Amino acid sequence: MFLEKYLPAPQDIQANAPHITNMSRRGFVATAGTFVLGVSILPACSPKTDTPTKISPAKNGMTPSMANVVTAESGPQLFIGITPDNQVSLTVHRSEMGQQAWTAVSQILADELDVDLDKVIIKQAIGHPKYGNQNTDGSTTIRNGFESMRQTGAAMRAMLIDAAASEWGVDAAALTTDMGYVVNGSKRLSYGELAEAASALPVPEAASIALKARKDWRYIGKPVASKTVPRIVRGDSLYGIDVKRPGMVYAVIAHPPVLFTKPKSINNTAALAVPGVIKTFELPAASAPAGFNPLGGIAVIASDTWAAIQGREALQVEWSESENSDYDSDDFRETLLETIRSKGEARRNRGDVYAALKSADKTISAEYYAPHLAQAPMEPPAATAEWTGDKVEIWACTQAPQGMRRTVAAACGIPEDDVTINVTWLGGGFGRKSKPDFGVEAALISRDIGKPVKVTWTREDDLKHGYAHSVSAQRFEAGMDANGKPTAFLHRTAFPPIGSTFTAGNNRPGNGEMEMGAVDNPFNIPNIRVESGQASAKIRIGWLRSVANVYHAFAVQSFAAEMAHAAGKDQKDYLLELIGAPRIEEPAKDGAVISNYGKSLDDYPLDTARLANVTKQAAKLARWGRTLPDGHGLGIATHRSFLSYVSTVIEVKVDADGTITIPGIWSVIDAGTVVNPRHVTTQLEGGTLYGISNAMFGQLTAKNGQIQQANFPDWRVMRMLESPRAMQVKIIESDAPPGGVGEPGTPPAAPALANAIFAATGQRIRQLPILGMNNQLAI
Amino acid sequence: MAITLKINGKSETVTAAEGTPLLWVLRDHIGLTGTKFGCGVAQCGACTVHVDGAPIRSCITAHEDVEGSDIVTIEGLSGKAANVIRAAWEAIDVPQCGYCQSGQIMSAAALINENPNPSDQDIDDAMSGNICRCATYLRIRSAIKDAAKAI
Ligand code: FES
Ligand code: FES
Repeated sequence: MFLEKYLPAPQDIQANAPHITNMSRRGFVATAGTFVLGVSILPACSPKTDTPTKISPAKNGMTPSMANVVTAESGPQLFIGITPDNQVSLTVHRSEMGQQAWTAVSQILADELDVDLDKVIIKQAIGHPKYGNQNTDGSTTIRNGFESMRQTGAAMRAMLIDAAASEWGVDAAALTTDMGYVVNGSKRLSYGELAEAASALPVPEAASIALKARKDWRYIGKPVASKTVPRIVRGDSLYGIDVKRPGMVYAVIAHPPVLFTKPKSINNTAALAVPGVIKTFELPAASAPAGFNPLGGIAVIASDTWAAIQGREALQVEWSESENSDYDSDDFRETLLETIRSKGEARRNRGDVYAALKSADKTISAEYYAPHLAQAPMEPPAATAEWTGDKVEIWACTQAPQGMRRTVAAACGIPEDDVTINVTWLGGGFGRKSKPDFGVEAALISRDIGKPVKVTWTREDDLKHGYAHSVSAQRFEAGMDANGKPTAFLHRTAFPPIGSTFTAGNNRPGNGEMEMGAVDNPFNIPNIRVESGQASAKIRIGWLRSVANVYHAFAVQSFAAEMAHAAGKDQKDYLLELIGAPRIEEPAKDGAVISNYGKSLDDYPLDTARLANVTKQAAKLARWGRTLPDGHGLGIATHRSFLSYVSTVIEVKVDADGTITIPGIWSVIDAGTVVNPRHVTTQLEGGTLYGISNAMFGQLTAKNGQIQQANFPDWRVMRMLESPRAMQVKIIESDAPPGGVGEPGTPPAAPALANAIFAATGQRIRQLPILGMNNQLAI
Repeated sequence: MAITLKINGKSETVTAAEGTPLLWVLRDHIGLTGTKFGCGVAQCGACTVHVDGAPIRSCITAHEDVEGSDIVTIEGLSGKAANVIRAAWEAIDVPQCGYCQSGQIMSAAALINENPNPSDQDIDDAMSGNICRCATYLRIRSAIKDAAKAI
């Protein structure tokens, strides 16, 4: 939902209410007898109002009112098909990038439909508004699709039963189903045999669709094996970078070294002399706001990728300067620190922090800094485009195929209907592949050369010319009474907002970013004030796994440990004291703008009981308080993001020379109802280690407007050697509606690590990354 | 210049510019895209293939230098080590996005072939050239140990 604030098209900004419609009756039958049901997610209120549609919580705590399920003439979001030969197919509208969307969605469907999960065939949807919102980010696939998928499966099952009832001339109520069959005593009809008859029936009244009881779930909530892994281990997978079209040529692009600079002169003689290079092509230059558009530059087109890379090396270009040529990240750090040293714009205010600080028995303050980061998915951006007449077809590893479709159409001056976006698997996304610029590049180059073209971003392109995670500085001041009880909490944050990418000159931290770990602070302190400072961007700013939660949770949870230390209390005990008694925290009452990740606060309140619970459980799992060997330390951090609650304990061992190793991690997640505990566990592992990797090594720096890091030698990421030795994950059993899973593991990782380092060494980490290139803590 | 390479037991004749890395010959010329590009500078291991049984980084190996050698890619990886590795990978769902996993499996299979009982240190040494941005390291480590037990 976060992303949607920045998308140009209001039609995506929709509240979610499931609608089921029988697509067979609307001419969606692809082959005779195929029975297709669609679920659509329609705007149920004006996008402008910003009020999420209320899906009433059901008596059992999770099933929304069936009154919201109506048949409607609407674009289908997900399709289920059953053919006469009993094949069940499912079209997944979200991108698969390792978060196991394919598996989870098919588990839900197969359960309610009552079919054998192994018989479900998954198809990836193209990018089209008829599928509703396809943006695969914000950890939304399950939390926005869970109920609608269940209802679709259940509705289809009911229709198959009705078809069998007519066939046998019996009452539908007497029939049941058994893994792909409708059963009447000893008589059985397969779904395939019933598909055609069922497809002629109306979708049953919403109220009559019975969902399975939780205790009867066969697949939901079970650790079902991945649908993609068997293919991956055999090299039988198709990522964006793997696409090949007949007659295809290959391109890489010499992107402008500084944002919004243009070529002043181009000498391509040496480039054209490289064997295999076919031509060079100048892309239109970009101007502010950057948006989703390509950066411009010069494409080198060749008979293979290597020749294109060599041609780019040989290309001689003199570049202009731009208003961004003076960007120096060291200077900018000082600018940000200056900003947070004076009063900012109040974004949440409870009580009177400044007065309470004055009257406090004890005050402490601290400043934190976190640098730009690159998402650096293992597969760099890549897209293939092919024109047929005035229409273009694109294959790309995209998290946002509709955004790519719109941007390609606009850039090429053609109607959106003439753009087809095929979504491949993604070799990681982490937010980078929500931006469609690389698909547009492929379309423009292919149109110029009149052949299918694959554009590959090299790692250098990915690091130097991407959409960086924002740099940030934060300042805290806390007051406490003589017993160390907190009385005042001031949090100032300054960072160039993501909004700067979409509105030239936007320098005000966005509401969505402020709600990620700043204004949604859950602490039970009578005086709380959150302020933001303005900051201008000089490079493209984008979102990265868990977005502003990364730097906010790092700073807030580190400072909470600093407060504990100042109060002379155990870090975990003090954190629990800060979280306070079980209650629903309502930052909006203190003037905070809260969208709650697009979900209603009734269904997904900020529940401090759940925060405290994961904290206690993580401490228990880690055996908090045990005696540790010399040089070891335990740190804890707890954070709610994407409507899930995670607490993580990290144990570090710091050697005399500053080498850090991580013997163990214990992490507890309360994500409400979970579809696949195995994959919740793998996402928590991956999300946590992603956070640790970025905290230990991650930084993009800039000089003269240019990003200095080029490839893995200077953009360091965690390797096996540095990987934690063990990690234990616990998932809280819960009937609550599903929260996000792909991102919430990341925010607590960095502060838990920093707090552990403090426990081990007494050294407080206030600036990231933690380690230098020599892989050691400076002590 | 036309060069004949032996890949996954088959002869493939390719014409690519001299110095073209094996990675791009595999991917762009032969169409074996299981071998991945991640960095191009021998830093990530995504491009790992076996040449005469040893894991090498195909992104920095000129294709003409491996003429006459036995080249095995993820698509052709077979044998006992390959089987136990794949089974161990599947049993605990090691891959997330999967993009690095061809390289991980090629490195792990070479390790198991060489050393059927690897220690943590051996795993660190053999696998630290393979980056996984999804950070599946915990599961890679346990799957290698499971595979070692099975072999
Ligand atoms: S692509 Fe060869 S090591 Fe990275
Ligand atoms: S599984 Fe995604 S990079 Fe390793």
